[in-house]
Amino acid sequence: MSAKERNWWIVAGVVIVLYALFPIAWIVSLSFKAPADIANGQFLPTVFTWANYSQILTGDAAALFLPALRNSFGICLIATFLACILSMFAAYAIARLDFKGKKLILSTALAVAIFPVISIVTPLFNLWRLIGLYDTWPGLIIPYLSLTLPLSIWTMSAFFREIPWEMEQAAQVDGATSWQAFRKVIVPLAAPGVFTTAILAFFLAWNDFVYGISLTSTSAARPVPAALGLFSGASQFEDPTGATAAAAVVVTIPVIILVLIFQRRIVSGLTNGAVKG
Amino acid sequence: MASVEMKNIVKKYGDGFPAVNDVSLDIADGEFMILVGPSGCGKSTLLRMVVGLEDITSGDMIIGGTRVNDKAPRERNLSMVFQNYALYPHLSVFENIAFPLRLAKTPEAEVQEKVRAAADVLELHEHLDRKPANLSGGQRQRVAMGRAIVRDADAFLFDEPLSNLDAKLRGQMRTEIARLQRRLGITTIYVTHDQTEAMTLGDRVCVLRRGVIQQVASPRELYEQPVNLFVAGFIGSPPMNFLPAKLRNGTLATPFGDITLDPKRGADIGDRDLVLVGIRPEAFDDASLVDEAKKPYGSTFRARVDVTEWLGDSQFAYIPYEAPEEVVEQLKELSRELDSEALRTQAVVSIDSTSRIRAGREAEFWLDARKVHVFDPATGENLTRDSDAGAELTRLAEEQRAEEIDEARASGLTVEG
Amino acid sequence: MTTTVPPTTTAPPATAPSTGASDRARGEQRLGWMLAGPAFAVMLLVTAYPIGQAVYQSLFAYRLTDPENRRFVGLNNYGVVLSDAIWWQSIGVTVLITVITVVVELILGFLLALVMANALKSIRPVVRAAILLPYAIITVVSAFAWQFAFDLNSGFVNSWFSWIPGISADTDWFGSFGSSILVICLAEIWKTTPFISLLILAGLAQVPDVLQEAAKVDGASWWQRMWKVTIPNMKAAIMVALLFRTLDAFRVFDSIFVMTAGANGTESVSFLAYRQTIARLEVGLGSAVSVLLFIAVVLIAFGFIKGFKVDLSQARGEK
Repeated sequence: MSAKERNWWIVAGVVIVLYALFPIAWIVSLSFKAPADIANGQFLPTVFTWANYSQILTGDAAALFLPALRNSFGICLIATFLACILSMFAAYAIARLDFKGKKLILSTALAVAIFPVISIVTPLFNLWRLIGLYDTWPGLIIPYLSLTLPLSIWTMSAFFREIPWEMEQAAQVDGATSWQAFRKVIVPLAAPGVFTTAILAFFLAWNDFVYGISLTSTSAARPVPAALGLFSGASQFEDPTGATAAAAVVVTIPVIILVLIFQRRIVSGLTNGAVKG
Repeated sequence: MASVEMKNIVKKYGDGFPAVNDVSLDIADGEFMILVGPSGCGKSTLLRMVVGLEDITSGDMIIGGTRVNDKAPRERNLSMVFQNYALYPHLSVFENIAFPLRLAKTPEAEVQEKVRAAADVLELHEHLDRKPANLSGGQRQRVAMGRAIVRDADAFLFDEPLSNLDAKLRGQMRTEIARLQRRLGITTIYVTHDQTEAMTLGDRVCVLRRGVIQQVASPRELYEQPVNLFVAGFIGSPPMNFLPAKLRNGTLATPFGDITLDPKRGADIGDRDLVLVGIRPEAFDDASLVDEAKKPYGSTFRARVDVTEWLGDSQFAYIPYEAPEEVVEQLKELSRELDSEALRTQAVVSIDSTSRIRAGREAEFWLDARKVHVFDPATGENLTRDSDAGAELTRLAEEQRAEEIDEARASGLTVEG
Repeated sequence: MTTTVPPTTTAPPATAPSTGASDRARGEQRLGWMLAGPAFAVMLLVTAYPIGQAVYQSLFAYRLTDPENRRFVGLNNYGVVLSDAIWWQSIGVTVLITVITVVVELILGFLLALVMANALKSIRPVVRAAILLPYAIITVVSAFAWQFAFDLNSGFVNSWFSWIPGISADTDWFGSFGSSILVICLAEIWKTTPFISLLILAGLAQVPDVLQEAAKVDGASWWQRMWKVTIPNMKAAIMVALLFRTLDAFRVFDSIFVMTAGANGTESVSFLAYRQTIARLEVGLGSAVSVLLFIAVVLIAFGFIKGFKVDLSQARGEK
């Protein structure tokens, strides 16, 4: 390709990076604005201040934000873990075994993935209130499985399909028991797929909003996105903008770290499973 | 080291179709046996039953005198080279080769020693720390072999090990495998669909068709005394020509003139109207170049040459001919079964490379009647097969083989070489 | 090559008495369900049960605050919903947002994919990491970022773009229907285009380079190669991306909740269902809306798969 053409692709690449980062840069900038600066109509603050962060981490908004952060981490990690365990077995069966119902399981996963969350949340709302799961961790972990399981099953079976299963036979001929073949050959080959799936499932759970606002009412189980969404509604702050921005930045940090470290895997996971992300 | 005996082995899949049907085969200790046939003939299935990756529906699989039908692969002490090598991508070359030893909990020093020895034989030394993904096709192939020879297995099994290599490398690895097997003198079963590999490597070759054994014999016997149309058509490249012929008073009337057989072989044909005459390309020659003393043993005919191929050391000429409707179908069916695409009825004829015969012209050819086989078009049976001569060829091959192994063992060649 | 005879080539002999599957096949069947069963059961539990419950509840006039007066009304709730202008307004809003975002995202996503496919090796990881950020960020955070940017009080957009006629320091983007929808769409497009572009990029990678070269030799221009070689060969990937994104867009909720809370007629179907049930506790009516939304999603998926012949096995990487 010619030098001129190459320069164009570089320019295009820079434009994409700007496009992707600009709104993030904006919310970061906003989070450093002092109350007087918020309405200055400018992108950058005139003075940088950590006030918004101290408000959500130690100040009067901390009671709202910190439990939400703890809830989000706990609930999302547990939901991700459960989904990965369940779908690991399912994906192994789908990729490795020949049994009737494979198609049914995959179709069900697809159907669940395209299911409107709001159609699920209404009846759950009633049921949870009835059986006492409303505003509890399990009350969110269970519906989160409906988000994470379909994606995990699809992505993981796509990964598992690529494992050369002949390896297992080769190991058996080499003198391995079934268990040895599984542990020494299959597990090392399958681990990256499981790990990638876990990241994607975590993103999905971390992103949830509908379940969060519908199935919780207090800081006992309310996750961050829901807490954020209700920040503005709470009248205890004069102007919640700065605090909201700071909270938004805090919850974005884990996501950014995961993306930066595992970008290659995330891309392959997304395109492999080709399921809603 | 051990012999492998198969007794009436049958493999049926869920739908009841027999992929392998009543196969009985004895492979002697130290013998190199080839399983060959077109795709779908059951050769790989048979191999996988030997190693234990496939259940045996009925029959007995006996390795080293023990029935192994119900033994797991790891209890059979066999080593196998897979078609796509099945190298463990997360392990280095060293660890790939060491894998069977590690499973057997071999002491570290011995592992080191054995892997190094195997790496020496296969010239893999400088690659021991690399991962399989960074190796070339030929190197991967050698690692797979290393994993097979590092262990004192009772037999080697190869499942089309060279089919993923390019032609040149395939030739090199073929000789490498032959040398290794001679050197180790280990029982070997080798599956291939490539008849060059079958002819060059095997002590004996087992030709399979639709799960049934057609013939088990030395390469020379298969080539010179095939039992039927299928074996005759499968072995040899370019393949044997099959010409329709009418039988008239002991003379075969073919599109290329009349052929008179010697009385004994003429009598074998019996009383038939239409037969198929099988003639290998090298049984023909440019009539102008044939020794006058040889000429009476065959017949000459004139025909128009369609295309010639000059290959330097040899030359082929293609001669189209008309065949009756009833035989055309039969020949098409045969070529389909042999995985080839015969578009027209034509004979491939090998002529001397100095011959001046040119495409598009008529030329005179000579045909050696002594090398002609006659087949029953309905059953495919070879009517003129001389089973004594065939058995003699195989016996000679076995003798020669035994000598080679004795020599190899006497000169003290082992893995450490 | 394999020597196992594919059962399809030869009809199974009808004479053999059917003994059923072999032990190994039956064992595999059992093991398969043992392993996949729990995941399957959980999926059914968290979806089939609620949707069944929703269908049931939609047949009652039922307010959570007034459980005494719960009574069976048949399909009456659906009649109420379907004859209400609010429902049709929310359907209109949802379809509008879906169409705008999906069309823009498809075009934009294709461009992004082209850039990533052609970007130099050195900058590709940077571009890829950048493009993943919008995808991975919480929708609510993205909605806040865009809302604050356009907000009368905290935003910078008005002062930056005041040179454009019609935009001034006191332009209230969330004060009217059109501009509200515009900002909502912008936020949605920003966040979900990367997903589409990654799927399209994977599709691009599936088109062999030799096809491009062959077309070049045949004398095709860049555009011709794009339209006649590349796109037809990655149609399946595009369709899968389109299907998932359409279904996703149709459920739009988070951004609307954060940005307008449904003001100025910007309520989507999901939002309507939420407001009926969770906020107003009208369980009967809300359930009817949920069921109708569910039916709409199923119809879209069905329409895609039948109408456009979306091959989902493509999505499973089976081909």
